[in-house]
Amino acid sequence: MAPITTLHYLVVAAALFVLGVVGVLTRRNVVVVLMSIELILNAVNLNLVAFSRIWGLQGQIFSIFVITDAAAEAAVGLGILIAFFRNKETVNVDEVDLLKW
Amino acid sequence: MLDYITSYLKSDLTPGAAGNVLWAFVYILLIFLGLSVAVIAMNWLERKILAHMQVRLGPMRVGPHGLLQPVADALKLLIKEDIMPAEADKVVFWMAPLFVVMTAFTVFIVVPFGPTHAVTDMNIGVLFMLGVSSLSVLGIVMAGWASNSHYPLIGALRSSAQMVSYEIAMGLAVISAVLMSSLNQAGTGTLSMIGLVQAQQAQHTWFVFKFFPLGLIAFVIFAIAMVAETNRAPFDLPEAESELTAGFHTEYSGFRWSLFFLAEYSAMIAVSSIAVTLWLGGWMRPFPTWLSGETWDLVFSLFPGLTFIFLAVFAFVGVVRMPKHPYFRIQTMGLAGFGAVLGLIGLVLFAPPVRDRIQDIYWFSVKVAVSMYMYIWYRGTFPRYRFDQLMKVGWKILLPVGIGVLILTAIAGVWL
Amino acid sequence: MQPVATTFFFYLLSGLAVLGGILVITRKNPVHSALALILTLLSLAGLYLMLYAPFVAGVQIILYAGGIMVLFLFVIMLVNLERSAKEEQFNKQWIAGTAAALALGVLFILVYTGGKALFPEHLAQLPEQSNTQEVAILLYGNYMFAFEIASLLLLVAIIGAVVMAKKRI
Repeated sequence: MAPITTLHYLVVAAALFVLGVVGVLTRRNVVVVLMSIELILNAVNLNLVAFSRIWGLQGQIFSIFVITDAAAEAAVGLGILIAFFRNKETVNVDEVDLLKW
Repeated sequence: MLDYITSYLKSDLTPGAAGNVLWAFVYILLIFLGLSVAVIAMNWLERKILAHMQVRLGPMRVGPHGLLQPVADALKLLIKEDIMPAEADKVVFWMAPLFVVMTAFTVFIVVPFGPTHAVTDMNIGVLFMLGVSSLSVLGIVMAGWASNSHYPLIGALRSSAQMVSYEIAMGLAVISAVLMSSLNQAGTGTLSMIGLVQAQQAQHTWFVFKFFPLGLIAFVIFAIAMVAETNRAPFDLPEAESELTAGFHTEYSGFRWSLFFLAEYSAMIAVSSIAVTLWLGGWMRPFPTWLSGETWDLVFSLFPGLTFIFLAVFAFVGVVRMPKHPYFRIQTMGLAGFGAVLGLIGLVLFAPPVRDRIQDIYWFSVKVAVSMYMYIWYRGTFPRYRFDQLMKVGWKILLPVGIGVLILTAIAGVWL
Repeated sequence: MQPVATTFFFYLLSGLAVLGGILVITRKNPVHSALALILTLLSLAGLYLMLYAPFVAGVQIILYAGGIMVLFLFVIMLVNLERSAKEEQFNKQWIAGTAAALALGVLFILVYTGGKALFPEHLAQLPEQSNTQEVAILLYGNYMFAFEIASLLLLVAIIGAVVMAKKRI
């Protein structure tokens, strides 16, 4: 079989990214939407680490920052989810319609 | 082929570093067998020690002094009916024990039983061990959720909150030890398990005595956090039997339950071996610089054999003290045989080539064994914490103290 | 040490990662989604190891799989989602959403087939044995400022999460 190049990793990352976008755009459940965002961030991470194989370690540094971001995002997002669930007894995004008339 | 096998023995590397797949498999197999034997032994020892702490006898019926009790238990668990609740989530219920066991065994690939006795030496050894052992909480949560029952769910919730909280204190303690390893010419520390022990070797001190009392405090934080991390008494709220029946594994029975049991004990051994590697000098024998020289080397190298001889003598005393009734004849003979086997192992360990090779592994195992004894001792003496007290200890005491120790270690490392 | 059977492990791990991704967005039950995401995260950690990034792999395991996902599972169990698992899982604009995402995928394919020459054949020699040290030197050297800002971000996130989730402050 052909040797594994950077492009192979980029294709995997692209597939994960697209899956994440599909999840964010189509699912109703907030928890799954948040998880799809994690999927997108992970696709980005895989890209960065794959690039670090070509251009040096900076990619790994950035992927560590992305993981930090993901932790912050998950904490705040789940906090919002809990507050939301307490008020409306639901976790569906399309029922967050207080501002919609 | 033969060359491939023997070439590793001369290389003085771990199988992973030498790239020798065959020897890596041999090591994995040996560690797996050793762990299984250790878990079986722990099963018996815990019951016996707890019983003697409470002035009872413990298991006495199956085999002499209950020595065959673990075997009987294992048989019982294997032939027990394997019940799956009708409302359970089948796939997750089935996966949870496997996941827990896998994480518990995976961490052992970086445990250094000696300078060359590890499956591989990862550059991120400690991080890997902490990370993979923290994955076991996922298995517990899976088990608790999939059972679709109240007690397991509460147990799983408690377990996840507790383990995530104590992981932070644990990480801070580990970082201060890693910081200590950076006090060398190059000024770079290491996360590799073998590298950490070598750093202690180079600095002629165990990290528990480094910058007294900073190393000791960090070690104590780790020792408390590791008990909480393995869900053992006094932090065994996830399976508190007086309130939650059995916690997250209430609905499990038979073989699956025994997998949880296996995972719990091997996780205990895993975190103990992190503590031993980071603070207690890993495979180093006691007083390597103070009591140095040929004679002391010889004296300390006799310890493995002497331990087994001592155990054999212990068994023979038991033989003499057995009641002289014919009913006990088989038991007496069994105990004598067991003692003879122990004595033979001891004699083999006295042989010079074996003696030199077994040393590191022996000292590492002894330190881990002491730590395991402490686990049993805690269980025998401390009452269980309430959940809010547990959280208070984790967040309001261990975390600030851990940060303080970390900062002071950094200051001490720069100025001393 | 030279990695063994790179091709096989690449296809295994990336296959598992994509499979996990598909399961995340198709499962009805959020717990199953979370478990599938854990599968993806762990296989990605394996891919990082293959890319000579052991430190990122370790952080991925300890932070993502051991921290964030436990948080997710904790919240899923805290808010009882029994009811929402029985409801319609996809919103009304799912056709448009999928079409947009697929268009994005086609764009990716076009870019990668067109820009193959952009990626040099030869790969940088990364230090494997001292990866953590090199990362640390960069993190506390060139990227010190970004590192401090990241810590500030985490502090803000902690306060934000507490404010959001606590009933009475």
